[in-house]
Amino acid sequence: MNKTWNNKAWFMVLPVLALVAFSAVIPLMTVVNYSVQDTFGNNVFFWAGTEWFQEILDSDRFWAAMGRNLAFSAIILCIEVSLGIFIALNMPRKGWGVPVCLVLMALPLLIPFNVVGTIWQVFGRIDIGLLGRTLAELGIAYNYVNNPVHAWVTIILMDVWHWTSLVVLLCYAGLVSIPDAYYQAAKIDGASRWAVFRYIQLPKMHRVLLIAILLRFMDSFMIYTEPFVLTGGGPGNTTTFMSIDLVKLAIGEFNLGEAAAMSIVYFLIILLMSWVFYTVMTNYGTEKR
Amino acid sequence: MAAGKSSTAARADGITMQRTEAAADAAGKAEAALGQTMRRRGTQSRFWWLVPTLYILFLMLPIYWLINMSFKTNTEILSTFSLWPQNPTLRNYGVIFTDPSWYSGYINSIIYVVMNTVISVSVALPAAYAFSRYRFLGDKHLFFWLLTNRMAPPAVFALPFFQLYSAFGLIDTHIAVALAHCLFNVPLAVWILEGFMSGVPKEIDETAYIDGYSFPRFFVKIFMPLIASGVGVAAFFCFMFSWVELLLARTLTTTAAKPIAATMTRTVSASGLDWGVLAAAGVLTIIPGALVIWFVRNYIAKGFALGRV
Repeated sequence: MNKTWNNKAWFMVLPVLALVAFSAVIPLMTVVNYSVQDTFGNNVFFWAGTEWFQEILDSDRFWAAMGRNLAFSAIILCIEVSLGIFIALNMPRKGWGVPVCLVLMALPLLIPFNVVGTIWQVFGRIDIGLLGRTLAELGIAYNYVNNPVHAWVTIILMDVWHWTSLVVLLCYAGLVSIPDAYYQAAKIDGASRWAVFRYIQLPKMHRVLLIAILLRFMDSFMIYTEPFVLTGGGPGNTTTFMSIDLVKLAIGEFNLGEAAAMSIVYFLIILLMSWVFYTVMTNYGTEKR
Repeated sequence: MAAGKSSTAARADGITMQRTEAAADAAGKAEAALGQTMRRRGTQSRFWWLVPTLYILFLMLPIYWLINMSFKTNTEILSTFSLWPQNPTLRNYGVIFTDPSWYSGYINSIIYVVMNTVISVSVALPAAYAFSRYRFLGDKHLFFWLLTNRMAPPAVFALPFFQLYSAFGLIDTHIAVALAHCLFNVPLAVWILEGFMSGVPKEIDETAYIDGYSFPRFFVKIFMPLIASGVGVAAFFCFMFSWVELLLARTLTTTAAKPIAATMTRTVSASGLDWGVLAAAGVLTIIPGALVIWFVRNYIAKGFALGRV
C-alpha cells in the first residue's frame, strides 16, 4: 500500500509515546544511571565510569548464565518450531474439531507463569507426581531436584508444553489463508508432499513463522518465573538463567551498579539478536519474490 | 447527507463483498468441493488426527493431574498414589472461597488485567492507524523502537519500576501494575493492529471522507467494525500477557493489589506446602484464561490469517 506522507500522524502516536516513555524510558535511564555510578549509601553517588561493565564482562558467572540462556533458547526453538509446524500441518481444517483443537491447545498459553512452574513441579515429583512416579515405576532414577540433566530436561519439556501452541496457532493461521487453487495446481503438476510443503506452505507461513521465532526467542531469553518456581535455579547453579541471576544480584544482594550494568548488557544482547533475526528473515522473504 | 453516509457503508460492504465474490467465481463451487477432497488425499494421510490428539493429550495430562490433586485431601496426596480422587473433597476450594486473602487475589488480578487491556488497546488504535496509513518523520525507527520494549526483560525493569512508582506513590495500586504491563502490551497491540489495518483497503477511508464523515465518526462507525477481529486478537494477547506475568506484578504490590499468582507463592512458603489448596488455586487461575479463549475462539484462527500477523 502506498502511504501518504503526513507528519501530523505524529499526533496519533503521541499517546503511545507518552505511555511508553513513562513505563520504559524513565526506568531505563535509572538503570543507565546506576550502571555508571557507585555509592556508599545515603544516596550519595559518584561517577564510576565503565567499572561495572568491566566487572560484569570479566565475571565467569555472567558468561556461564549467558551460555545457559543461549543453549536453552537454541534447544527450545529447534523443538518448538519444528513440532509446531508439524502439528499445524496435521490440524483439521473444517468441522467441529477446529474450535475444540484451538481452545484446548491455547489453554497452556493462558496459565500464569508461576502456575506453569507449579504444575510441572507437582507433575514431576517422584512422590506425588504422575510423571515422576511413572518414571520411577519404570526403573528410571529420575529426580529433577538434584540431577542437573533431569532438571534441564524437565525445564525444556515444560517450555515445550507451555509455548509450542503459540507456534501451532500462528502456523495454522498462515496455513488456512492458502487458497484451494494452490493445492489444485500442485495436484495437477503432480507435486510431491514435500514439494507442496516446501514451495506452497512454507512460503505462506514465512511471515507468521518470523513472528513466532521472534516471540519465542525473546521470551525464552528472558525466562524467569517458570525455572524459578520449578528448580529455583538449582541444582547448584545449573539452571540459573540470566534473569534469575539478575534478580538475585539486584534484589537479593542489592548490588545496584553491577546489576544495572548487567541489565544493559543483557538488554543489548536481546536487541542485537532480535535485530539479526528480523533482518535475516525479512531479507530472505524479499529475495524469494 | 444521510444518503451519502449510507452509501459509504454500502461501499465498504461492497468492496468486501466484491472480494469474496471474486474468490468464489475464480474457484467455482464444484471445483472448490473437488479441491477439498483433493487436498484431503493429497496433503493429509488417514491418520492425521493422531498428531493433534497425541499433542492435546500431552497438554492435558499435567493439567489433569493438578485438577485431580485439587479434589484430594493432603493425606491422600502424600500417602496414596491414585489416578483419580478416592474420596473427593471440596475442602481445598472451600478454603479459597472463604479466605479473603485468597479470593481478593483473583479480584485484584482481574482488575489490573482489564485495566491494562483497555489502556493498551485504546492507545494502540490511533497509533496503529498512523503506522498503517501514513509515512512520517522517523516512522520506521519509531516502530522498531516500540518493538524493542517488547524485548525488554521484565527482570531489568523490576527495580527501576519499584523506585519510579514509589516516587509517584503508586505502589500497591492496580493502576501501577496496569501501567507497568503496558511496557510490553502496548507495542504488541500496535504491532497486531497495524497488521489488521493494513489489510483494509485505503479506498474505504477516502470514500468516507468524500461522503463527509469526520475522522472520529469514520473511525468508530466504519473502520472499527472492519477490524473488529483485530481488536479481538489484540485484546486477547494483552489479556494473556498481563494475566500470566508475575515478576512485575509481584514487585509493585504488597497487600491491597496483590495478584493471585503472588498469593500462591507466598502462602505456600508460609504454611509449609498445603498441596491441596495450592492445586485448587492453580486450577482457579486457569479458568479465566479458558473463558477468554472460548469467547475469542473464532477470532483466533480467522483473525490471525486476516491480519497477516
